[in-house]
Amino acid sequence: MSSVILALVFGLAFGFILQKTGAANPHRLINMLRLKDFTLMKVILFAIGFSSLLLFLFMSLGILNPHFSVKTAYMGVIVGGLIFGVGWAISGFCPGTSVVGAGAGRKDALVFIFGGLIGAFVYMLVYGDLKGTLLFNKILGGKTTLANTGVEKYNSLLESIPAIYVAGGIAIVLIAIAFILPARKMENDL
Amino acid sequence: MNLLKQKEWNWKVSGVLLGLIFIITVAVVKPIGVSTQFVILDGILWKSVNSELVVKDDTAKKGYSSPNAYLNKSGGKYAKNVANPLNYSFVFVVAMIIGGFLAYSMQENKDDKEERVIPKVWRESLGDSHLKRYIIVFIGGFLVLFGARMAGGCSSGHMMSGMMQTSISGYLFAFATFLAAIPTAMILFKNKGE
Repeated sequence: MSSVILALVFGLAFGFILQKTGAANPHRLINMLRLKDFTLMKVILFAIGFSSLLLFLFMSLGILNPHFSVKTAYMGVIVGGLIFGVGWAISGFCPGTSVVGAGAGRKDALVFIFGGLIGAFVYMLVYGDLKGTLLFNKILGGKTTLANTGVEKYNSLLESIPAIYVAGGIAIVLIAIAFILPARKMENDL
Repeated sequence: MNLLKQKEWNWKVSGVLLGLIFIITVAVVKPIGVSTQFVILDGILWKSVNSELVVKDDTAKKGYSSPNAYLNKSGGKYAKNVANPLNYSFVFVVAMIIGGFLAYSMQENKDDKEERVIPKVWRESLGDSHLKRYIIVFIGGFLVLFGARMAGGCSSGHMMSGMMQTSISGYLFAFATFLAAIPTAMILFKNKGE
């Protein structure tokens, strides 16, 4: 039961924050993909760099024992990612922002969710036939990271270098890009 | 400058708070993910018309099995969540709807009504037909969730949570999505203005 309460608190916070970043506004997302407005890109890069830096810093100091969950790298990640990218660009939504957009009362987000439920359903039906194909060939050992997570079942490409240097270095690059990218011009605002 | 009333936050405020929710969730429970829950909702709806879809099975690792290969994978992990919708991941996504609702409710200057169906950048290139917007968004939703399931995650699970952990799968997913999305958006929305 306590996990359900955590889910309510964290889900609500994540939904609230996503809405306030502007990510649930397809106008912002499409203009990011058209390379006209880098504001959302700054937010995303900063958030990834910042959270990654804290995660590996706290871990290296022994303050935190993170619940890592590394996904497998396989051919389907690339093929699925390409299909995802086309749908993302034509609609201006991704799964998370459509849910938040629907909560904020956007009708187009509801239509997206409906299409998404059908798309996921079709995937459920064809998965049995895809299962044995090349799509599921692993890349670089499958569940692999750059920085060493210290978790036995995950591989690391840079195992011998302390994780905080690897993750910290990447994080600083991401944060630096976030600062360098130009902010939105006011006349471009709604 | 009231953060709750603002329509959008400054990018640094957004970045810090988004980063914090990612680190807090991975510290306390597990990394954030969304697209799997579309499958769980499909499973719940499907089960309501076919009670055989998910059955208790002591031989399965998670205690549930399904004749559907996807729900049955990973020892019946999805099958279990379909049978028990009050689980962390599903409730998390439902709560995101409430979060979006609250954020917009507190917003001081509401958006233009038309803008909430057809974004400005769309209207400038593709016109103001609601039907056209709905049809293309429907197809977009289909492709996004089909692709996300094939890839095993979406912008939340692969891109943000994945890259935070320095996962190879996260970088691959981000690379592939932008590789397809940037040219698609540039071709489809080539209006003259900004």
